[in-house]
Amino acid sequence: MSSSADRTRRINDWILGLEALRWLLGAVAVISLGALLFWQVSLLLAIWLGLWAANIGLARTPMARIASPILFGLTLLILWEMACRLFAIPTVILPAPTQIAAAFATNLPTLWADFVQTVLKGALGGWIIGCTAAIATALLVARSDFLRRGLLPVGSFMAALPIVGTAPILVMWFGFGWESKAAVVVVMVFFPVLVNTVAGLSDTTAMQRDLMRTYGASAGQELRFLRLQAALPFIFNGLKIATTLALIGAIVAEFFGSPTLGMGFRISTEVGRLNLPMVWASIVVAALAGSLSYGAIALLEKRLTFWHPSQRGRA
Amino acid sequence: MTDATFAATPPGATSRRLREFARNFGPVVTVIAALIGLWYLACIPMNAQNSLLLAEREGIAVSPATAAERRDVGGIALAFATPDQALARAFDQDRPRLPTPHQVVTELWDTIVGQKITSKRSLVWHAGITLAPTLLGFLIGSIAGIALAVGIVHSRVMDLSVMPWAIASQTIPILAIAPMIIVVLNSIGIQGVLPKAIISAYLSFFPVTVGMVKGLRAASPSDLDLMRTWNASGLRTLLSLRLPMSLPYLFASLKIAVAAALVGAIVGELPTGAVSGLGARLLAGSYYGQTVQIWSALFGAAIVAALLVAVIAAVERFTLRRMGLA
Repeated sequence: MSSSADRTRRINDWILGLEALRWLLGAVAVISLGALLFWQVSLLLAIWLGLWAANIGLARTPMARIASPILFGLTLLILWEMACRLFAIPTVILPAPTQIAAAFATNLPTLWADFVQTVLKGALGGWIIGCTAAIATALLVARSDFLRRGLLPVGSFMAALPIVGTAPILVMWFGFGWESKAAVVVVMVFFPVLVNTVAGLSDTTAMQRDLMRTYGASAGQELRFLRLQAALPFIFNGLKIATTLALIGAIVAEFFGSPTLGMGFRISTEVGRLNLPMVWASIVVAALAGSLSYGAIALLEKRLTFWHPSQRGRA
Repeated sequence: MTDATFAATPPGATSRRLREFARNFGPVVTVIAALIGLWYLACIPMNAQNSLLLAEREGIAVSPATAAERRDVGGIALAFATPDQALARAFDQDRPRLPTPHQVVTELWDTIVGQKITSKRSLVWHAGITLAPTLLGFLIGSIAGIALAVGIVHSRVMDLSVMPWAIASQTIPILAIAPMIIVVLNSIGIQGVLPKAIISAYLSFFPVTVGMVKGLRAASPSDLDLMRTWNASGLRTLLSLRLPMSLPYLFASLKIAVAAALVGAIVGELPTGAVSGLGARLLAGSYYGQTVQIWSALFGAAIVAALLVAVIAAVERFTLRRMGLA
């Protein structure tokens, strides 16, 4: 039993070794070519190769799932920093990571105020309202086959539309404050969540429904113990799409008018002043907010839908 | 038995086809009709402020008598206070807060059919301006997405290290960076279609990558084993087994990608000062309070998105049928 696992691992190691060799040969060829042109290029390539080789080594260790992407991210950061310095790229085009970090550290209060305005008030407020409304609508729609068949095509069509375009209209209706941003977010997240939830609520087999009926389950019990459970993976899929859409909606809506704070406002004004490190610091905040909220939803999904095949596969 | 009797439709076929049609499209048509009805209904309170203002100017008595008194009253309350005026004037205002469907359709008709295509007032011209970066970005994004997926499927290291970052890259609101990309590329002399296409490409590569990774792994182990018994190389397996197997996944993700590319191109037009394109129509409309223009640009974008998705769906149907997969 363990010998077969051993053999699988050995074969895997061997394949990885082969891969490493191929990368090595290719990279040596590219580096020597690069050295003929620019020494900076070859230096960058050499470091990239070194870190990639380290990553190949790391991929064999048990902690690869966590360590490998971290090393890859670090590689990108190091290469970015080095490229900025070696080629003396002007700050107005691409600031180095260290400059961005410095701008981030010195402007913490401003960034925090922007974060509260855009993410906590606009995006989160709209996300909660939009998702609640969508799930509630889906619960109503799923009760009627007629409505379901009518609303699903229309909903998926609406979900594919450039809803961001409603931002100027909603800013006109709700003013420049965070309310208009929340409204844009509501409109943007509503249809993806609705479509996913409706699809999920009807994702039960006749056998399962029959079983509920033999238990004498009421409609409410069937909804709670069967349909909602079956719909959870779909709902989470919708919620994940909604988190990224919410941030985009809240930020883009600020381009059409905002008070003098907010991440979209910050980005557009600092671009105008060519203060690129500050722009990138705002982007870092947006990226952190996006990744963390996505991660939170994914974690919740793991807790609630542990039974689903997509979650069971990787422990 | 002659050909004529053979070709004659069996009794009830027409009515069955009609019933089938009604079964498939009846619910959709009902829902759309309900939405349009709701829209007309919403116009009454949304436009009530303006309706009553117009009525007051013509000397008709309205319930809170002056505009200052009406300012803080909600639209629904206003509509109930002076229902006849609110109802009569809600649907044909010059600059309504919420234009009616027929106003939008009229504007769409005027700007699509009523203008020469080369005219700057033609929505077709603006849609064409937006379409160029959309298609270029869609092309770049799809090719990059497929290439990345091939790399991820064939290299364990790439799968482990790149895939989490591809997912993380989508939690970054790229549209927020759009103005910066445009301005920065402009400052180093790149302008026109390419900067917008880059934004479109960034938005469209991710769905393609995810779909293709799933699709390239859709080949069953026994098929892969079969390829191995034939001593097929990795490239041959990719071309003859993995890529054909992945086509349904590819088309599903291409449909998402092309809609995302259009959004990218529209947002990419916003920071360039709204010269031309559907995004520019949106921005110009919001600057000058031309609500009908905003709505018609929005519906223009929706029509373009629907057409693009329909084209891909047609290619999908044709390809999959030729391959015997559908």
